[in-house]
Amino acid sequence: MKKSTLFGLLVLVIRRDLLLAMRRRADVLTTLIFFVMVVSLFPLGVGPEMDMLRKMSAGVLWVAALLSSMLSLGRLFSADYLDGTLEQMMLAPQSLSMLVLGKIAAHWMVSGLPLVLMAPVLGVQFDMPAQALGVLIIGLLLGTPVLSMIGAIGAALTLGLRGGGVLLSLLVLPLCIPVLIFGTGAVEAVSTGLSAVSHLSLLGALLMLALVFTPWVTAQALRISME
Amino acid sequence: MLEVSNLACSRGDHRLFSGLSFALHPGQIMQVQGENGSGKTSLLRTLCGFLMPDEGDIAWRGERIRDLDEAYYAEMLYLGHLNAIKDELSALENLRISAGLSGVELDEREAMAALRRIGLRGRERLPTKVLSQGQRRRVALARLLVSAARLWVLDEPLTALDVGAVALIQELIAEHLARQGMVIFTTHQPLQVAGVEMRSLSLS
Repeated sequence: MKKSTLFGLLVLVIRRDLLLAMRRRADVLTTLIFFVMVVSLFPLGVGPEMDMLRKMSAGVLWVAALLSSMLSLGRLFSADYLDGTLEQMMLAPQSLSMLVLGKIAAHWMVSGLPLVLMAPVLGVQFDMPAQALGVLIIGLLLGTPVLSMIGAIGAALTLGLRGGGVLLSLLVLPLCIPVLIFGTGAVEAVSTGLSAVSHLSLLGALLMLALVFTPWVTAQALRISME
Repeated sequence: MLEVSNLACSRGDHRLFSGLSFALHPGQIMQVQGENGSGKTSLLRTLCGFLMPDEGDIAWRGERIRDLDEAYYAEMLYLGHLNAIKDELSALENLRISAGLSGVELDEREAMAALRRIGLRGRERLPTKVLSQGQRRRVALARLLVSAARLWVLDEPLTALDVGAVALIQELIAEHLARQGMVIFTTHQPLQVAGVEMRSLSLS
C-alpha cells in the first residue's frame, strides 16, 4: 500500500470513467449518432443546393455539437450521486476540484472528442473546402472542452432534481453562446479569405479561463447539492 | 481525537437535535442510538462535513474540521447507506478504485487478500451486479481492511449481512480499536466488541 498523489488521483478518475464508459458503450454511441443524425437532417430539409449548404455548414455542425453535448451532460454526476460514489469523492483527501477536472476530462474524451473526429466526414457532406474544415476542427477541439466544463457546473447544480435534464439545458445553453459565435466565426473568416487566428485565440482564451475556474465552481456546486 | 461541542442540526424546519456534546478518544467506540428519523444519519453526515450544523463545532485533534478539510479526510473513513460500488465493475476493480479515492494505492495482490478475508473468495472478478445484496455490502466493507484511517464513521454497517459477516465486522472493529482507532456507528442490530466498553449516545 502506498499513498497516492494528486496527479495519480487525476489519472485514477479518468481511467475509472473511461472504463465505465467502455462497459456502457450504448451511452457513448447515442451522443455520436444524435450528432450525425441532426447534421444529416439539414440537407434533407433545406434541399441540395451546394452554395447554401456550404454557407450554413459551420453553423449546423456547431449547433449540432452543442445540442449533443447537452445530451450526455445529465450523466456526468448522476450515476455517482445515486450510488454514493460522489460522497466518497468528497471525502477524498485531495482537492475535489481535481477530481471534478478528471471527471470532466473523461467526459470530454467520450462525448466531445468523438464529435470532433466525426466532424470532417460530415463537413465533406456539406462540401466544405479543406481549409475551412481544418479551422472547424481546431475550433471544435478548443470549444468542445469548454462546453463540457460549463456543462459540468449546470450538471452539478441540477443534481438530484426531478426533470433536471431540461433545466440543465436551459441553464447551460445561453452560457455556451460565446463558444458558438467564435467557433462559427472562425470558419466564416477563412471562407471569406480572412484570417481565423483572432477567433481561435478567443476560443483558446475561453478554454484557459474555463480550465481555471469551472472545476472549482463545479466542486462548490456539488457540495451544495449534497446537503 | 474527535470533539463535538454544542452541536445543533435541523432538516428543513424540523430541529433534529441541539446542544449535543461528546468526545471520542483513541481506542473508544460509540454507538449512536435513537428511533427512525431521530437524526442518527444526519449526525454522522455532519461529522463528514456533508451537512453544515446550525450551531456548534466539530473538532479533530483540537482544530475545526472545516479548517482542516483535506487533512481531516485523510484520517477518516465513512461508510454510508449507499455502497458506492459500480455494478459494471468487478469487486476487485471497485475496491482498488475506492481505496485510490481515499488516498491509498492498492496493488492487485493486496486487494485480492482483502476480498478473500471479507468472504468473497472466487467472486473477485465477477461484475458486482451479479452479486447478492449481502455480498455487495461486503465489497463496500472490504474498504475497512485496507484503510489507514483513524476514525471510522459507520452508518448501519450490518444491514444485509449474515451471521458470519457480522462476526467478522466485530473482529475488524476490535482490531481497529486495539490500534488506537476510533469508531462511531449506528445500528439496529446487536453488535458486541470483546474487551471494550461500548459508549452510547441517544438522540431523542
